[in-house]
Amino acid sequence: MSEVTPNMYRYDEFDAEFVAERTAQFSEQVKRRLSGDLTEDQFKPLRLMNGLYLQLHAYMLRVAVPYGTLSSRQMRMLAHIARKYDRGYGHFTTRQNIQYNWPKLVDVPAILADLASVEMHAIQTSGNCIRNVTADHFAGAAADEIEDPRPLAEIVRQWSSLHPEFVFLPRKFKIAVSGAPNDRAALAYHDMAVEIVKNAEGLTGYKVFVGGGMGRTPYIAQVISDFVEKHDILAFMEAVLRVYNQQGRRDNIYKARIKILTNALGIEEMRRQVEREFVEIKTRGALQVPQEELDRITAYFAAPTFEALTDEMPDAGPDFANWVKSNVSQHRAPGYAIATITLKTPGQVPGDASADQMDTIADLMDRFSLGEVRVSHEQNLVLPHVRKRDLPAIYAKLKELDFASANAGLITDIIACPGLDYCDLANARSIPIAQRIAKKFEDLERQQAIGELKIKISGCINACGHHHAGHIGILGVDKKGVEFYQLLLGGSGAQDASIGEIMGPGFGEDEIADAVERVVEVYLAQRKPDERFLDTYRRIGMAPFKDAAFQKEAA
Amino acid sequence: MLTANRLRDGDVLYRKGDGWTLILAEGTVYREKAQADAALADAQAELVRNEFVAPYLFEVREVNGQIRPVKEREIIRAAGPTVRTDLGKQAGNVNV
Amino acid sequence: MTKLIKSGAYAQDAYAPVDDDAALPDGAIIVSLARFQKDREALLTRNTPLGIRLQSHETPETLGEDVHHFALVALEFPKFRDGRAFSWARMLRTRLDFTGEIRAVGDFLYDQVNYQHRVGFDAWEVPDNFTIEMFNRALSEMSSVYQPSADGKKTIRELRAGR
Repeated sequence: MSEVTPNMYRYDEFDAEFVAERTAQFSEQVKRRLSGDLTEDQFKPLRLMNGLYLQLHAYMLRVAVPYGTLSSRQMRMLAHIARKYDRGYGHFTTRQNIQYNWPKLVDVPAILADLASVEMHAIQTSGNCIRNVTADHFAGAAADEIEDPRPLAEIVRQWSSLHPEFVFLPRKFKIAVSGAPNDRAALAYHDMAVEIVKNAEGLTGYKVFVGGGMGRTPYIAQVISDFVEKHDILAFMEAVLRVYNQQGRRDNIYKARIKILTNALGIEEMRRQVEREFVEIKTRGALQVPQEELDRITAYFAAPTFEALTDEMPDAGPDFANWVKSNVSQHRAPGYAIATITLKTPGQVPGDASADQMDTIADLMDRFSLGEVRVSHEQNLVLPHVRKRDLPAIYAKLKELDFASANAGLITDIIACPGLDYCDLANARSIPIAQRIAKKFEDLERQQAIGELKIKISGCINACGHHHAGHIGILGVDKKGVEFYQLLLGGSGAQDASIGEIMGPGFGEDEIADAVERVVEVYLAQRKPDERFLDTYRRIGMAPFKDAAFQKEAA
Repeated sequence: MLTANRLRDGDVLYRKGDGWTLILAEGTVYREKAQADAALADAQAELVRNEFVAPYLFEVREVNGQIRPVKEREIIRAAGPTVRTDLGKQAGNVNV
Repeated sequence: MTKLIKSGAYAQDAYAPVDDDAALPDGAIIVSLARFQKDREALLTRNTPLGIRLQSHETPETLGEDVHHFALVALEFPKFRDGRAFSWARMLRTRLDFTGEIRAVGDFLYDQVNYQHRVGFDAWEVPDNFTIEMFNRALSEMSSVYQPSADGKKTIRELRAGR
């Protein structure tokens, strides 16, 4: 079957040259490092800005997947890289990127060259700079969407690429965009975020948030502007970054994010300072985005031509029906659907896919999804534009791949960071905990009875597993040399954003899954009709859950 | 014991005499603090060779005649990810 | 030891740095912000070029209108990770309309020179082994830019529109 090219941004000769030169630049930097012209201390920020970490076992390369959008051609290249340079698999991350765990430094220039051949790169996926701009993984497809946020994400991506003033920020800077009232992009937890809105006059523009974040001290972002006009958005963002670069703390890496600055100044003062910069930048005019540019970029993401189809869901048996219930979401076009491929089959490593699986998914993309897939921030993949009548064939193929778990948003759809199995920063392992919990709750009927329950596990305070935003969050800690796990309840990354509350003392590796089970039992016993776990928690509070969690089992 | 990562490919190394080995069991155990500190100082001086990076000391103990790291992190680092026992040194994947 | 690069070549440094508690010599000098604030009158009435060296936490805005008395502002990079001076240079050029020399001093990398150049630096205090060839190479590694900055270089968007 032939490769289908989706409607997405395509490099022109400028973009291609940019990435090629960046790759050549990094190749030179690697040479200088190997020859000793650069010390490790000097090389480290340079390799980080090309996405290359040194981890527990090996280097780790984080490849950028801008706003989580991939073509089948790109997916095949990601599979090729896994095979040729790595150990045959990759990991899809909580920022919509992909990570490889075993690249060699000496091979990285070749990997980057291969990526460049399919319009990909690893620029600014790490380091104290503006990182990958993430977006709603249902962008362009969701029934509730006001406007596809990806043209904005692409405009911001270009503006932020090697921005000379902002490549040595106090700390990393993460931006997310959403074009729907249901926030699937976790805007509240980003350094800066944009929600596409309409004002009273019906004009579409941007509501801008600042100062959210996870980590050691989680914060929910605050509104810095209710409405920024589209052509002003880069001027506005530049103003925010400038204030941050000038005033963000440089003395303590745990207090260096913009969330700390926003909290220290207060949102009023933050707004005043940003406004001052914004007015100046706007007046100068160089950062205004002309309508023709907005139109030009938007055209890349034009909606595909949807066939006129009847809006019927095929009947293909009870297993298929279960999968549809959880993993298929409403599409804006009749007869179409959005299919979530959860990379969360109980017992698997969350978010991992082998090279073979990636290739098969590329085939599915071409056959059934107009050549396109999305990487969600929940370590899953999404086929955004599938015909309902093709869903049974897709499901059958996913079963062959062992990616057919009917668990999207359910208790076994667990997010887990790589943790102590892979990561140099971790205090505890997170993947085995995810696997244990998933196995425990494997029974599908039980999962459906429990309903929506997002468990998120981090192996250390850096919170790459987003545990603060979990309905149930789990934080791995090191307690006198032993892995130990704290429970948090009531976090949310959606538009009802909240930070999880710490339950209290933690649980050992062999106790945590049982503790989670006892917490779930309290929910099932106490819930009112139509209440999700999160709703019941918000109604009845921590105490009943805590009592149950710490209850010793009867002798 | 003293560990580091090989610069060119990131592989985990263990100090063995004046050199390095990929296998923890073959590494030198420093039974006196002064010995360990000296080994670390030597390694730091050798960073200019651009062969390895980030050397550091970690504790081991003897368990049934075998040398084993004290910390979970070092056990995993020596063997490979616990969730993929087909990968890493535990599976014999070493870049020679 | 260090060398000065200006206008793409090694240059003589015309300025003598003056310690905070030293007497002011004749000729072109560089003082700290603290010294300037202490001896402002005396410094402003000199008729030789005046330079100031700002630490990374010191914003050029502190100088107010006095900024135009300086022929040189040296912006310090205490550690290459401290990127505040990129914003200070930009501020000097764009908000404050400073047309004098903006000099990068301290700990910075070859790989930062291009960014410095874009935000308005036009002089670099570099280690002895930093050659002109390296300097030119640093500025030429990336042909095109996506965003406008103080250097006025045409952005990719402008180039696209122009073709």
